[in-house]
Amino acid sequence: MVLDSKTPTGPLETRWTSHKGHIQLIGPINKRKYHVIVVGTGLAGASAASTLAELGYRVTVVTFHDSPRRAHSVAAQGGINAAKNYQNDGDSVFRLFYDTIKGGDFRARESNVYRLAEVSANIIDQAVAQGVPFAREYGGTLANRTFGGVLVSRTFYARGQTGQQLLYGAVAGLMRQVDTGQVKLLPFKDMLDVITVDGEARGIVMRDLLDGKIEALTGDAVVLATGGYSNAFFLSTNAMKSNVTATWRAHKKGAFFANPCFTQIHPTCIPVHGDLQSKLTLMSESLRNDGRVWVPRKKDDKRAPNDIPDADRYYYLEEKYPTFGNMVPRDVASRNAKYVCDQGMGVGASGYAVYLDFRDAIARLGRQAISAKYGNLFEMYEKIAGEDPYKVPMRIYPAPHYTMGGLWVDYDLMSNMPGLFVLGEANFSDHGANRLGASALMQGLADGYFVIPYTIGPYLSARGPGKGITNDHPEAKKAVQDAVDKTKRLLSLNGKRSVDSFHRAVGMKMLDKCGMSRSAAGLTETIAFIREQRAEFWENVSIIPKDGDTANQELEKAHRVADFLEFNELMCQDALARNESCGGHFREEYQTPEGEAQRDDENYCHVAAWEHRGVGEAPTLHKEPLTFEAVKLSQRSYK
Amino acid sequence: MSDTINVTLEVWRQPGAKAQGRFERYEMNGVSTHASFLEMLDGLNEKLINEGKEPIAFEHDCREGICGSCGFVINGQAHGPDRGTTVCQLHMRRFKSGTHLVLEPWRAKAFPVVRDLMVDRTSFDKIQAAGGYNGVNVGNAPDANAILVGKEAAGEAFDAAACIGCGACVAACKNASAMLFTSAKVGHFAMLPQGQPERYRRVARMFDEMEAQGFGACSWTQECEAACPKGISVKWISRGKRDYLKAKLVKDSGQSSDDGFAG
Ligand SMILES: Cc1cc2nc3c(=O)[nH]c(=O)nc-3n(C[C@H](O)[C@H](O)[C@H](O)COP(=O)(O)OP(=O)(O)OC[C@H]3O[C@@H](n4cnc5c(N)ncnc54)[C@H](O)[C@@H]3O)c2cc1C
Ligand code: FES
Repeated sequence: MVLDSKTPTGPLETRWTSHKGHIQLIGPINKRKYHVIVVGTGLAGASAASTLAELGYRVTVVTFHDSPRRAHSVAAQGGINAAKNYQNDGDSVFRLFYDTIKGGDFRARESNVYRLAEVSANIIDQAVAQGVPFAREYGGTLANRTFGGVLVSRTFYARGQTGQQLLYGAVAGLMRQVDTGQVKLLPFKDMLDVITVDGEARGIVMRDLLDGKIEALTGDAVVLATGGYSNAFFLSTNAMKSNVTATWRAHKKGAFFANPCFTQIHPTCIPVHGDLQSKLTLMSESLRNDGRVWVPRKKDDKRAPNDIPDADRYYYLEEKYPTFGNMVPRDVASRNAKYVCDQGMGVGASGYAVYLDFRDAIARLGRQAISAKYGNLFEMYEKIAGEDPYKVPMRIYPAPHYTMGGLWVDYDLMSNMPGLFVLGEANFSDHGANRLGASALMQGLADGYFVIPYTIGPYLSARGPGKGITNDHPEAKKAVQDAVDKTKRLLSLNGKRSVDSFHRAVGMKMLDKCGMSRSAAGLTETIAFIREQRAEFWENVSIIPKDGDTANQELEKAHRVADFLEFNELMCQDALARNESCGGHFREEYQTPEGEAQRDDENYCHVAAWEHRGVGEAPTLHKEPLTFEAVKLSQRSYK
Repeated sequence: MSDTINVTLEVWRQPGAKAQGRFERYEMNGVSTHASFLEMLDGLNEKLINEGKEPIAFEHDCREGICGSCGFVINGQAHGPDRGTTVCQLHMRRFKSGTHLVLEPWRAKAFPVVRDLMVDRTSFDKIQAAGGYNGVNVGNAPDANAILVGKEAAGEAFDAAACIGCGACVAACKNASAMLFTSAKVGHFAMLPQGQPERYRRVARMFDEMEAQGFGACSWTQECEAACPKGISVKWISRGKRDYLKAKLVKDSGQSSDDGFAG
């Protein structure tokens, strides 16, 4: 089948306006005849649901959380980009577009990214009107900060809790629609499947997390805004419940999964402390402005860091990249940390950590200056690591953080499955092979507030109102029965291993072989390991309690881990098929003589969209070629 | 300092909302002091599963102190002994070996127990749906810099908006009042020019809904502020009560509260 991205033609700057101008409109009286199901209440889901409801659609919102305010977007720290040019430093829509395309190592669609940059300014206006308390100057105007990899100040922020405040703004908008009755909010519901009729999305199957009831929810269109899949690696900076279930089940029903191997590993996180480690905590990248990264030159050097003289310290980023030094991009910093640790130079109990040392900065600028800049981060570090970073260097290690891959969508954010729309981190759209800081929040809200409210119209109006199915439809009943059977099967297993033990085993293997650095041999080995663990899972997992009709957190996890055990294989397949290195995807076989990522624009300048063929079967690859008109492809260098 | 400790846990076990609950005792030996409190419980759960026993249910998600999912009472204190810290950010190095820890769920009529340490806090969202927003549609917003907000006012609004809705304030209050949560929401909007048009309607509706959801009244013991992991101040309660009074006075005199106090 041919993948049609439905990208408008004509000059880049006018594509979105002209596309909007030609969209088939649905009259206000008719909008209420359509029922839209939105899954997820993060920035993407909450903004989409409230805006669709404002327009007059009937909306039902589903989330597995007890409250929409808990969606993982709440944890975003640094900020949100927008091409406002409030600092008068020469920012523009084109610059934001260009930075994003280049940051993604030229693996995203020009039209989508341009639209994102174009609507970015409106997001800030909307958020401020909702009461989001962004940082301000004394004169009352909005403040900005600079973020990694760009030369302008375009990042808006609310202390270190930007995601929280943007989410609360979007959720307040959502609760307003709950108040008016236009949105029905269903918390504590885990979506377990998509219901399709003749290949089109007609609803979802969901399990109530309090009483275990599994039922259908049918509608005219389904919008997935279910977030990213970094927890495929078990340890990540994502919340514990973040998962791939919604998108994976949609994939199994026919939606293509695009670029699953494009994942981002963030260089500055607090390292693993031991076997009980459950997740990893991000430390802002800004620390690398003043902290120097090093490891002992000698392997297994057990001396305390402050006892190691300069001559015995290996400042590997400064030595390898004299121009950018400690400020190389995320992917480069992460990969090099792994290299030195793999060579036995890592520090800390596990040997998988490097030092981020402020000794010289404190000597140069004074403790007070450092504390003014990073005080809260130093405190957070001390709380978790139990060491005072003013006195001892921080220990950091890279951690999975964000997933650029996701369900394939066209320009209207509809997947190849008609009626199934995908927003936010769950889709593959705008970040190519690497995402720039502060642009995920921007994308989620752009999708929800400013794109889907327009682009859902053509699909709905073409179908016409009143074409939805009821819960008695055979396809709805079958999908419900399948979920009931799968749940029963999980509960009937009387194995010996906990759900977590499978998640941990496979995730850690992924991290090692399909994380910062990948090779054909390692990936092949990992696929075999995943298959083995998957087979064992379905015989030897132990889920207690055995009740399916009460709150059962082990059962919830089991459903999610069962899906990771299938999905992770696809991630490895995709990494194996992409015989190049680009952005966060580094194949050891494809590097420059200096050890940097080597893109292959001739053969791999495409989106890899995978079609499911059955668990354990080879998936089919569909390629969407990427063409660049406004930007010129170039190789990155940080020496 | 030794790297591992032993602790004795006494945990509230309750298989369902209507079921009878009881305390159960567990010994956890050799816990790494670097582990977080929830990771210690993960370890206990792994052990229980391996013994064929039922793991302890508790809510959590971000484990970074920001989503507000986690929360239970440790030795009588909501979120445990550290001030300004959610239980997911509490670490085992805080405790001496041999410590005895009693773990209980939030106890409040409006937060029914779901299982073990997990309670249902959806009543909070009922309060928010009763006007806890600015009524502005997408497409209506003026340029963000058209509305000037002083640095201090923005900072104060942020302080109120930092509430994560965990419910510790309710758990710490002897009346199980949700006054700190509700007032923080009300106060955040009331601090900003954008929040003025609906200021009095909002406070009247939200306070009334709080009562309707079965939360108790505020008798100003200020335990809520001490328990709040985000340090939300009780000053928001005084401000909220003042606004509420105004809203009710205007309503009783037959005027529209929105017109009477906007600005
Ligand atoms: C620690 C951290 C810091 C970050 N900082 C920044 C930053 O400074 N700037 C930036 O731009 N980006 C940042 N990011 C990235 C950004 O936060 C996310 O990419 C973004 O918030 C994702 O939003 P979303 O709406 O797509 O999904 P999410 O916010 O993850 O929401 C997913 C929703 O889907 C629901 N859901 C999922 N599956 C199901 C299911 N099966 N059934 C029912 N409901 C389901 C969940 O309940 C939730 O409501 C950060 C990420 C992390 C981890
Ligand atoms: S788990 Fe999110 S605040 Fe504790």
